[in-house]
Amino acid sequence: MALTGIEIFKKLPKTNCGKCGVPTCLAFAMQLAAGKAELSACPFVSDAVKTELSEASAPPIRQVVIGTGDSAVKTGGETVLFRHEKTFVNPAALAVLISDEMNDAQVEERIKKFSELRYERVGLTLKPDLIAVKDTKGDPGAFAALVSRITGRTNAALILMSLKPEVISAGVKACAGQKPLIYAATGDNAEAMAGIAKENSCPLAVRGRDLDETAGLTQKLEAAGIRDMVIDPGSRSARQALEDEVAARRAPLLNKFRPLGFPTITFPCEMTQDPMEEALIASILIAKYAGIIVLSDLAGESLFPLLVTRLNIFTDPQRPMATREGIYEIGKPGDNSPVLVTTNFSLTYFIVSGEIETSRVPSWLLVQDAEGLSVLTAWAADKFVAETIAALVKKTGIADKIKHKKLVIPGAVARISGELEEELPGWEIIIGPREAAHIPAFLRQWKT
Amino acid sequence: MDIPKIKYSGRIKEISVAGGAVTVGGETSYPFHLFEGEMPHRPMIAMEVFDSPQDEWPQACLEPFTDVMRSPSAWAKKCVEKFGAEMICLQLAGADPNGLNRAAGELIPAVKEVAASVNVPVIVWGCENDDKDAEVLPKVAESIQDKKIIIGPATDKNYKKVGAACIAYGHTVVASTPIDINLAKQLNILLGDLGVPDSQIIIDLNIGGCTIGYGLEYTYSVMERQKQAALSQQDEKLQFPVLCNFARDVWKKREITLDDEKLGDKKKRGILFEAMTGCMLAIAGADILVMRHPEAVRLLKNMINNLTK
Repeated sequence: MALTGIEIFKKLPKTNCGKCGVPTCLAFAMQLAAGKAELSACPFVSDAVKTELSEASAPPIRQVVIGTGDSAVKTGGETVLFRHEKTFVNPAALAVLISDEMNDAQVEERIKKFSELRYERVGLTLKPDLIAVKDTKGDPGAFAALVSRITGRTNAALILMSLKPEVISAGVKACAGQKPLIYAATGDNAEAMAGIAKENSCPLAVRGRDLDETAGLTQKLEAAGIRDMVIDPGSRSARQALEDEVAARRAPLLNKFRPLGFPTITFPCEMTQDPMEEALIASILIAKYAGIIVLSDLAGESLFPLLVTRLNIFTDPQRPMATREGIYEIGKPGDNSPVLVTTNFSLTYFIVSGEIETSRVPSWLLVQDAEGLSVLTAWAADKFVAETIAALVKKTGIADKIKHKKLVIPGAVARISGELEEELPGWEIIIGPREAAHIPAFLRQWKT
Repeated sequence: MDIPKIKYSGRIKEISVAGGAVTVGGETSYPFHLFEGEMPHRPMIAMEVFDSPQDEWPQACLEPFTDVMRSPSAWAKKCVEKFGAEMICLQLAGADPNGLNRAAGELIPAVKEVAASVNVPVIVWGCENDDKDAEVLPKVAESIQDKKIIIGPATDKNYKKVGAACIAYGHTVVASTPIDINLAKQLNILLGDLGVPDSQIIIDLNIGGCTIGYGLEYTYSVMERQKQAALSQQDEKLQFPVLCNFARDVWKKREITLDDEKLGDKKKRGILFEAMTGCMLAIAGADILVMRHPEAVRLLKNMINNLTK
């Protein structure tokens, strides 16, 4: 078991100097225990203690940062096997390939898709994260030119892919200071790749033929002073990839096996020629532990499903997802369109808005902030009652957008209708269906 | 290097359906974790057939079925013969009191016709109105006596009537609960108390219609927890195979029908929404997946093959 904060604290110098970036040694110890700080940040700790604590204080799976600034991508840092135990930490990063075999127009198109295919959802921007630049020709000059072309057009975090150190070296120079992920150190080139990674402070991906070789390589590289690594155990089939991902998650978490305690990089793009099948493999890798997923191309029809799947899997299981309070226009509602109200639990919102959409009756949907609770739960907790709904109706100014004064409330809270009519003089409160699935039938009979 | 293995102490029950012709369940490890356990029966794909035409479906779903939509038996046959359905799920949506409100008498011919027209297992699914299902499903059970079918959903409100009919005619019952393993366990106990043998129970943990982008995480996690409880904590009342009837929820979502360049090809997007939801449910532990679009079926079947071969 890892040491507790107090156990770590006993071994610290207790200077409270703050040089580690945290005001006191106790606070620093707590951060170490939580895997949020590194012991090397303390200038005074003795070498003996360093050795003793380094094992216990390092997070079981290292968190690695690729890129810099706003577009930096964090991967790894995971602490559990199942999302219901604790929130997964860093969403699987999606990367798209650009290779030196593509012509200028193809490169441009891919950069354009990378920049434009983003989606707003529950207050978040869903988007791809990385561009993987792949060398196939072994030509350092051409590779550097391609990298420059890309960095000239986007500040995306990059993965530089080549097994030739001279090509990687040229690529890294072409995006100096941007900390791309170098892919990959193998049994044949590890020393040279380590040199480039070290010199440029870049994270390094390590590719073995299997888990054993990969673990051997990370040990060798760690001894050479490389810490930020990403691993590729070489699997190129869905079944093997799933097995390797489970192993690479379990080994550090259950057995404290450090050599596999790194985020993984996976290549659905090399597992099939069919883009639809590739998307399904990628979805499995989102659920089962991939750190980075490299896709052959980006297309809305597969990227969007992958992004929402990722949003689902990486949602905090303890805290309900909530959507923003306010008026939502569904279809193109006019001044005679129905007005419905519900709570801001995102599942409730999604289902209700989906059913309204299905009805094809343009409508106004008022969403009330009920702290992310569903209708009945919110009502029971006094957070979705006549007073709060009346306040929302007034606050949103929905009355100015419509000619009627009719408000549809969920059937589950039918009992508040009388009280709500008192709170909203002049309004007619209509009791809607109990089940969202009955909304379409209900709305199709709507008359003002 | 040895993969750290999970010590499993339980297994999912093997449930024979359709009079023993097909068996589902039997897993001894987490889904597709074949390096440490067995999955003797691959997850199976049932295709949907409805008692009434579904003219409001998105175009992508209408295309493959326009020629058969007015005949449930032709529809079922096409699914099996042309699209490789491993089971048929007849959805009695027309029974819904908020819809066509068809009476049992109007629905039984479709049930009989479908059951007679295919030689794969048949699931008959009610309209999910507890009272109406309590009225219709026992009559469905009674109407099919020469073969065994799977009937659902039985809920905490109507399990007595649905369960009793399944006991009487030897059909398999699907116990449905809303995304909560404790409720699932409770309903399984109630069905047991009623006298439904364990060998005739399949469970459904997804009332509420979760799909990718729409609360998938709830279903996904409750299914993972069910597998954990069943396999590692020997919770016998949770050791049942899982059925997921999710396609109808997928094709209702707004992003399926939107015309938006950023969302790409509409047809492929819908197919992927369905296939990917199915894929996540399979990874979380589904044993029977009820699906709609032939291309989504093909994709998921292929994926299940690749994960098990």
